Amino acid sequence: METKRSEEVLNELKKIVEKIYDQLKNGEIPSMELPARNKYNIKLDISKGVWKYGDEKVYRTAKKIDGAYTLLRTMYMLDFIKEMIEQNKSSTLRELYYISEGWGLAKFHTQDESDKLAEDIEIITKYLREDFKLRPEENGATIIGNITIEEINRKGKPQRINCRDDVGDSGYAIPYNVEKDKIKIIDFDADFVLAIETGGMFDRLVENGFDEKARAILVHLKGQPARSTRRLLKRFNEELGLPVLVFTDGDPWSFRIYASIAYGAIKTAHISEYLATPTAEFIGVTASDILNYDLPTDKLNDKDIKALYAELEDPRFNTPFWKNEIELMLKIGRKAEQQALAKYGLDYVTDVYLPEKISELGLK
Amino acid sequence: MDIDISEELAKKQKEISIAEFFEKNKQILGFDSPQKSLVMAVKEAVDNSLDACEEARILPDINIILERVEKDEYKLTVEDNGPGIVRKEVPKVFGQFLYGSRFHAVRQSRGQQGIGISAVVLYGQITTGKPAHIESKIMSEDVGYMFDLYIDTSKNKPVVLKEEPFLTNKKSGVKITVNLKGKYVKGKQSIIDYLQNTAIVNPHATITFQDPDGMKIKYERVWNEPIEPPKETKPHPYGVEIGEIMKIAQKTNYKKVSTFLTGEFSRISNQTANEILKIANVDPNKEPSKLTLEEIKKIKEAFMKVKLLPPSFESLSPIGETLIKKGLKNVLGELKPSFYSLPVTRKPSVYSGNPFVVEVGLVYGGNIPADEPVKVLRFANRVPLLYQAGSCALTKAVENIDWRKYGLEQKGGQGIPVGPMIILIHLASTKVPYTSEAKEAIAEIPEIMDELDLALKESARQIRTYLIKREVKNKLSEKFFLVQKILPLIAEKSAKITNNPVPDISPVITKIMNIVWIDEKVEVKENKALINLSVMNYTSQTKSFKLYADFPDGTIIKESIKPFGDYDEKNDYIVWNIENLEPLKKLDLHFELDKLKSDYSETTYYIEGIDPVHVVGAEPLPGDWNIESLRSIIEEVEGDEDGNEEE
Repeated sequence: METKRSEEVLNELKKIVEKIYDQLKNGEIPSMELPARNKYNIKLDISKGVWKYGDEKVYRTAKKIDGAYTLLRTMYMLDFIKEMIEQNKSSTLRELYYISEGWGLAKFHTQDESDKLAEDIEIITKYLREDFKLRPEENGATIIGNITIEEINRKGKPQRINCRDDVGDSGYAIPYNVEKDKIKIIDFDADFVLAIETGGMFDRLVENGFDEKARAILVHLKGQPARSTRRLLKRFNEELGLPVLVFTDGDPWSFRIYASIAYGAIKTAHISEYLATPTAEFIGVTASDILNYDLPTDKLNDKDIKALYAELEDPRFNTPFWKNEIELMLKIGRKAEQQALAKYGLDYVTDVYLPEKISELGLK
Repeated sequence: MDIDISEELAKKQKEISIAEFFEKNKQILGFDSPQKSLVMAVKEAVDNSLDACEEARILPDINIILERVEKDEYKLTVEDNGPGIVRKEVPKVFGQFLYGSRFHAVRQSRGQQGIGISAVVLYGQITTGKPAHIESKIMSEDVGYMFDLYIDTSKNKPVVLKEEPFLTNKKSGVKITVNLKGKYVKGKQSIIDYLQNTAIVNPHATITFQDPDGMKIKYERVWNEPIEPPKETKPHPYGVEIGEIMKIAQKTNYKKVSTFLTGEFSRISNQTANEILKIANVDPNKEPSKLTLEEIKKIKEAFMKVKLLPPSFESLSPIGETLIKKGLKNVLGELKPSFYSLPVTRKPSVYSGNPFVVEVGLVYGGNIPADEPVKVLRFANRVPLLYQAGSCALTKAVENIDWRKYGLEQKGGQGIPVGPMIILIHLASTKVPYTSEAKEAIAEIPEIMDELDLALKESARQIRTYLIKREVKNKLSEKFFLVQKILPLIAEKSAKITNNPVPDISPVITKIMNIVWIDEKVEVKENKALINLSVMNYTSQTKSFKLYADFPDGTIIKESIKPFGDYDEKNDYIVWNIENLEPLKKLDLHFELDKLKSDYSETTYYIEGIDPVHVVGAEPLPGDWNIESLRSIIEEVEGDEDGNEEE
């Protein structure tokens, strides 16, 4: 059952192969052009407020062994996607990686390689990997809060779920597809969305009833958030007009979690406008918090310090707020976890810290 | 025995005997731990055997057996096929500290390294209370003699418990059996470690060892000529100590100081002797034994004020390039190293009147661990140095070099580099400058450090050239794989997806390769080498050029040259005129060499009439192989950096 969109996708995929074929036929060394996927080639799209790839291109050619391997893998992957579309099947990214075991020289050595190539094809064709019938595994990010959604379940039936009343303590699990054809937002009663990095802090806020007390929708990011989590945050923000606040550990890696939500990740800059929530606010833990709240800390290790310096060069962090915070963290040489707030008791985070920080942002 | 120790010992002798001194100070002499004591015992016995065989020009067969008697008591037996020791000398050699007996004979010897075999006898007797058992047979007698003896430590005299003749088929040799306390270990700084290293620098010896667990190890000789022993020479005035001059003066047969100087020291003529005595203000006719300490001091000072020829190098016996390579191959061959450097034996040099020579050999690759610090095998006068590596000049010399320049990993360009490499360093000298009495580390003498640096760098340059050549080869085989395996698959798959016929990719292949490749395949049969060359044009143009083969002189079999090479009789090389070699066409060439003296070392190939940047496997004519051209080949092989190519 080929839809029109599927036909268009197939057409785009075929174009890539045709180009390689024509180059070979004309005695040229096969090559593929794509945007440089690094932090030096992301530009702010002012109209949309998100960071996207710039104009710098790289050439992947068969002149070198690595390039030749990638071109070969591209051929195999495109052939595989074509088959899936034609047979109306789909596979997870992990399955794709295992399927490549049978591809001889074209097989992938890590799933990172195959994931990245799938992204490359998204970039070249400007379609999403869902169009290629490739999907990630659900990563277990969850929601608790007074919002009612309608999800088309695996039997194809719509099912209404209130994310406060119809779920257990672990909340509503975000599926990999959160588009409107899968999830409709029916109703909500909340003032903002709070995205939380760690499970421990999410559980703390749930136990303390912060969702009801502060009229918040709590979203557990589970570390670096998956595409679907970021997409859903964007929908809450755009469709419901809810502010999104991000609450993470106080270290360079957590800063990147915020950046990927607010500005878009470097890896997925080709779909930033679809995933990023430019108005998302960072609540903490900031380097200033470490000093102001006198939090228990750990020493920055070499990797942390390197990451902080890299962030100083990252255009996404080129704002006075981030410059100050990053430089301050380098100066004090310390980092802190969200749960370090427990120093002042289990209720401190919900009774003092978050209310203070939220009012600082002018929300309440 | 070393001069300084004997002096030390002689001084102490006033109050206690040397043997007693040893008993109280065994750590000074290396018997400071149970593990080390066993190694020292083996080392003393083996060094003695090797020295004795060398003096008698015998190919050594040394057999070592270590048995466990009790938990910490061992029985060590070392047997050799050396000249043996005459009956009446046996008790003295094994049962008495013979300090100073040969002290003014200057030459390189292994024995210099240690305290002597009598120390082993004494150590055994102290720790177990048991006498040593010695069997000796000399060629000129029909029977051998066996002894049970120990040392009377207060008198420093041998006590013979038993002495009787025995029948044997052996022509000659010594066998010593000692019971001693110790601890047997394997691995680093073990008996096996010591023997393995000994075998490397003594490829003319066959050494077998049976350990207490019954494990047997054998190092078979790979060189069938005995080692020429270094000549004894008189001490050079620049290198003698006051105590030494004093001893020689006591023993000399010369009646006058003037003839004593010319006769007992090297490089002193009548004229310089007079000059010295004039400066020192000493009567030339004085009897040497009557010289006062003050006068000797003045003579010593005067030595330094006159001009003397440097000492003779005849007293040195470096291992030599051939034997270092053979030794390394013999013992480390099981690691299958991919590269053996041509060992470097520096020209002899001098520090403080003492001649010395430095030698370095390197092996690289194979199964040598790549992620561990490079192993440094240290040797002084062909004896392995196992202890105190960190404070040894030989180690320091390695650490001082920036190995990163030569393609190895090294933190900050200092210290022991990391990589699959083993370095052999040998210092041969009539007087090895040790840092301490334990004689385990060599002092950092500037003259020696300079020579070590030069020898190591010369070897390191070979490693660099090898690594660059290997890189070119790897890149090439990578490219061949690319065009032969991957590219056809891309063509096939893209044709399938687009429903097209599979395209002809040969124009793309030549564009990617863009080289002419000259590949040599050699088959060596004894002293004959069959050489097949294939010349392949992996460029997009038809090529014409000349190819020269320069082989070891006088080894070509003229009739074997195929198909159309011209042999240049005068210059002893082959030249092929290759005309119109089309893209992706291959040409096979063949020739044979015989009467090869040693291992076949590569023929050098030169090309003329073609841009050398596009040729791999031959050098431009006339050609010194230089690194720059190799570099440009690597770049060529890697491809031009046009555009923004992805890494």
